[in-house]
Amino acid sequence: MPELDDDLLGEQAVESAVAAALAALAAAPDLDALKEVRLAHAGDRSPLALANRAIAEVPPSERAAVGKRIGSARGRVRAALEARTAELEAERDARVLVEETVDLTVPVQRTRAGARHPLALVAERLEDVFTAMGYEVAEGPEVEAEWFNFDALNFGVDHPARQMQDTFFVDPPSSGLVMRTHTSPVQARSLLERGAPLYVVCPGRTFRTDELDATHTPVFNQVEGIAVDEGLTMAHLRGTLDRLATALLGPSARTRLRPSFFPFTEPSAELDVWFERPDGSGSGWLELGGCGMVNPNVLRACGVDPDRYSGFAFGMGIERILQIRNGVADMRDMVEGDVRFSRAFGAGLGTAL
Amino acid sequence: MRAPLSWLREWVDLPADVTGEQVAAALVRVGLEEEGLHGGDVTGPVVVGRVLSVSPEPQKNGKTINWCSVDTGEVARGEEPRGVVCGAHNFSAGDLVVVATPGAVLPGPFPIAARKTYGHVSDGMICSARELGLGEDHAGIIVLARLLGETAASQLEPGQDALALLGLTEEVVEVNVTPDRGYCFSVRGLAREYAHGARLDVATAFRDPAAVDVPAAGGSGAAAGHGVELRDDAPIHGAPGCTRFVTRVVRGVDPTAPSPFWLQRRLQQAGMRPISLAVDITNHVMLELGQPLHAYDLAEVDGPLVVRRARPGERLVTLDGVDRTLDPEDLLIADGTGVDGVGGARAIGLAGVMGGRDTEVTMTTRDVLVEAARFDPVTIARTARRHKLPSEASRRFERGVDTALQAAAAELAVRLLVEHGGGTADDAATDVVAPGTSLEPAPIALPVGLSAQLSGVPADQLDEARVVELLEQIGCSVAPSDDEALGTLDVVPPTWRPDLAQPVDLVEEVVRLHGYEAIPSVLPPAPPGRGLTSAQRLRRRAADALAAGGFVEVRSYPFTSAARSDELGLDADDPRRTALRLANPLSDEQPLLRTSVLATLLDVLRRNTSRGATDVALFEVGGVVNPVPGAPAAPRLRVDQRPSDAELAGLLAAVPPQPVHVAGVLAGRAEPEGWWGPGRTADAADAVAAAQTVAGALRLDLVVTAGALAPWHPGRCAQLSLPAPGPDGDEGAAAGTGAVVGHAGELHPAVVAALGLPPRTVAFELDLDALVAAAPELVPAPRLSPFPPSKEDVALIVDASVPAEAVRQALLAGAAGGGHADLVEEVRLFDVYTGAPVPAGQRSLAFSLRLRALDRTLTAADAAAVREAAVAEAARRHGAVLRGA
Repeated sequence: MPELDDDLLGEQAVESAVAAALAALAAAPDLDALKEVRLAHAGDRSPLALANRAIAEVPPSERAAVGKRIGSARGRVRAALEARTAELEAERDARVLVEETVDLTVPVQRTRAGARHPLALVAERLEDVFTAMGYEVAEGPEVEAEWFNFDALNFGVDHPARQMQDTFFVDPPSSGLVMRTHTSPVQARSLLERGAPLYVVCPGRTFRTDELDATHTPVFNQVEGIAVDEGLTMAHLRGTLDRLATALLGPSARTRLRPSFFPFTEPSAELDVWFERPDGSGSGWLELGGCGMVNPNVLRACGVDPDRYSGFAFGMGIERILQIRNGVADMRDMVEGDVRFSRAFGAGLGTAL
Repeated sequence: MRAPLSWLREWVDLPADVTGEQVAAALVRVGLEEEGLHGGDVTGPVVVGRVLSVSPEPQKNGKTINWCSVDTGEVARGEEPRGVVCGAHNFSAGDLVVVATPGAVLPGPFPIAARKTYGHVSDGMICSARELGLGEDHAGIIVLARLLGETAASQLEPGQDALALLGLTEEVVEVNVTPDRGYCFSVRGLAREYAHGARLDVATAFRDPAAVDVPAAGGSGAAAGHGVELRDDAPIHGAPGCTRFVTRVVRGVDPTAPSPFWLQRRLQQAGMRPISLAVDITNHVMLELGQPLHAYDLAEVDGPLVVRRARPGERLVTLDGVDRTLDPEDLLIADGTGVDGVGGARAIGLAGVMGGRDTEVTMTTRDVLVEAARFDPVTIARTARRHKLPSEASRRFERGVDTALQAAAAELAVRLLVEHGGGTADDAATDVVAPGTSLEPAPIALPVGLSAQLSGVPADQLDEARVVELLEQIGCSVAPSDDEALGTLDVVPPTWRPDLAQPVDLVEEVVRLHGYEAIPSVLPPAPPGRGLTSAQRLRRRAADALAAGGFVEVRSYPFTSAARSDELGLDADDPRRTALRLANPLSDEQPLLRTSVLATLLDVLRRNTSRGATDVALFEVGGVVNPVPGAPAAPRLRVDQRPSDAELAGLLAAVPPQPVHVAGVLAGRAEPEGWWGPGRTADAADAVAAAQTVAGALRLDLVVTAGALAPWHPGRCAQLSLPAPGPDGDEGAAAGTGAVVGHAGELHPAVVAALGLPPRTVAFELDLDALVAAAPELVPAPRLSPFPPSKEDVALIVDASVPAEAVRQALLAGAAGGGHADLVEEVRLFDVYTGAPVPAGQRSLAFSLRLRALDRTLTAADAAAVREAAVAEAARRHGAVLRGA
């Protein structure tokens, strides 16, 4: 600590104290050193502080001038101190930020990602497309009364089409129950429950006695749609299927109907869809499902007047859609539950289509 | 149904250069499905060869091969004949054979090249029928004189192309016939459909193979033909089992006469096996016309034929040698006379399905009785199904056979038998029609505009003239209705279209012939929809929440077994053992339908771990089936009108409840290891947390109590219940519990061992339907206090057996009981401690209470009062002692 000059309050002494303070401030290399400098040059026992206290002993005539000199000197030192403090703090902050650098290219997922099943995502996409068209989503049981699965849909007891469905029967066969072979029984349930006009889609699991292989699975998923209203035609069916095709398979998709046979529709058609894979890997016609105008026998069995109402229905395999859309090569991948398969789709099927 | 192009060409105009693909495309256009194209798979030089010499050479392996010199045209050119090694012995020098020379490709594909074998260079191959795709016969090589007959063979020259000679280049179209189009199980039907598909005029492009003159039937005496009696005393649905029965007799047939090559070849191309001349002829006529025929050895038939139902317990040995017990619903062909003097005592055939062995045509048959009948589709379908005997005949009868075809079919068979078997046809014919049978189909009244109206095809494209034209193309006769109703047509369908019964059936015919491509695309006006139901939205939200929480969604088959219930450690009287059984499961080891999702989901976990996954979190949303013991059978209701509400209620009640469950399973680490540390192994709490994730997605907070249910570890099982319905949903008020909706925790070690799962696998299962039903309809907005909270921590020492949640509930109840319900914002367990100084068998549970008032800042006295009331209740219920007190 510098000794107090005899002439504590003289101009030269004050200026030299200020100069010493400024020099010390400038020389302080860091905030710790600056703290020492502050004590020495701006603290209670610093020359300027002592000078300030000594003002009281100055004769009143000089007191104002001396006070002004000392005040100005202290102000300059204080300002310099603040500036230097800010400077050193900024330096420190910058240094700390550099020191705190971490490598953010390390693996960052500390929780494991889950995923929906792609078949569920396709079904939900279908539901969304149809609810946007004003349809409602209907559901029905997987173990179903034969009457709903067959009779109400114009499958006579002895009709060959009934035998061709490869049905799982519930034991004993007299129970009148089957594993539903298609989602079509929900058509009949909806008609009976809600009557006409009716616009519903029914996605769900269906069952046939096929062994699992690359192209078959005994448990598969369908989506069925039915619209019953006054004045509906096959043109409306086609328009609806066109909309569906583009929603699922992209703007290049278009549909083709081929005559076919289903007991619950007349006229009946197979639905083919043409589309271009967005990755350019191919294009062509692919069979997607069946459709047609609801057979008047079905409307009658469900209490809807076929002279007043007409309707169309369509059904397709959700596995088939996923297969076409996302290029699944082997049916088994869709049913085995390997997490690698579901995870690949994460939370979505891709927006390209 | 397979049809060679040459056979089709006989009856419909096919362009000379048409390909199988083009023919198939035309058929597909009108509603047949292409199943495949066959034939044409032999290419390259396959020629006629004359065997000049055969030198047998015994080999070390015991076989004898023939080293042959074969002329395939070389001799005429003055060149050396070809040397070929052949293993067959059914030929000799001088025979004409078929030689595939190097460059040829036989079906397989099997390319032919000169190759060294048995010490020779074999310059080609002498072919068997099987090697050429001509049938299954590979016992020996083809000797052309035997295959084609001496006369035809004598015309052949060595070196001549054998592909065309044997029809090996010809394409065969195979189509899938939908169940309504029985007539397409014939060349006749496909030829007609080709005309439609190619948009040809049927009248000029199509020739009907059934348009033959037939002798008049129904004479008497020698002109009466073989006696036939139709005696159906038990028709099904009132339909007589047989509506028409035609017989013809050909006598003096040479039993050794083979079927001509072209006939055998056609049968092979159509996918049938040649058997004998008489059988091959009946099959040929069936393939051509669609009318199944049967040939009897007349010498073995005892008197008139009787068509009747089987007697209970009656037996019949069918052509396949199987001794069958017949059902009284089976329709039979019978002969003989019983002790009672009544005819038809002996069964000699299952009508329309398979003949009997007693009257089979054999190598000694000289007199042949030909049957052409029309049987009831339902009767035939049931018999074929009952005896598991789907035959070419039953397939056609089930779908309905042309009512007008029987006499023509019999006539064609008779002509072929006479021509190729050398027999003489009886002049007499029998043609019996069941009383009350109309051979003419009933007319259908078709509104002219219905086709346009239903199809959406513009009405000017489908005007009356066009509709009539198209209906006439398919064989209908059309007349304006006598009815005064204008714009209606009386349409009589052709006899081969029993599927045409209502106006919409005719609409399909009109539109498919006009072309489905003419149907425009119009979106119907959107009806006002409600979007997804709340249940549907909540199920999605639950699945999304689990996926966001790290679970991967999978789907498992619902098939399971009683053994699985054992593996899961279910008690003998556990209701989950009551499972629905399938009558025809895919595997006898899994005949039951699951009553819990975990029962099948655990297999998916094992599959993943067996494929190398170590840290796995899976979930499945799916149905389970809970059969109701003693439930009534599902009735078969009427279909001609809406069943009554009572009938429908009975039907719905017969379908077992099938709630949707959500189950999840975790094995390995719940949080992965990494540079941050070793990760965290999944434990029972993760399973409970996942269940709460599901509930939380539905705005529910499940009440957790200690549970003890298989397949969980009895000490690590949480029972999950709905909150008790209270006056408000406020946590502070929640006290009791509602229905149990599921369980979560660690699986029992014995279950883990029995199923081969990773140790300490944890799992949960919830009744998602029950959760959805309990989800709040409306979540009330909270009132937010602007005042600061007051925090109080309490550490309570309780018996180690007291669940922490029970203590927490006691604190909540105590705080509320003191009239401070509104003040409790949260009670949270933040520490569990065991060990000194806490006495053994007890533990310290530390809770933080966050208190806050809506209208003021709580004083220390307020907080202390709540705290004391809470602790007092914990002490009262569970003997909790304040730590340090």
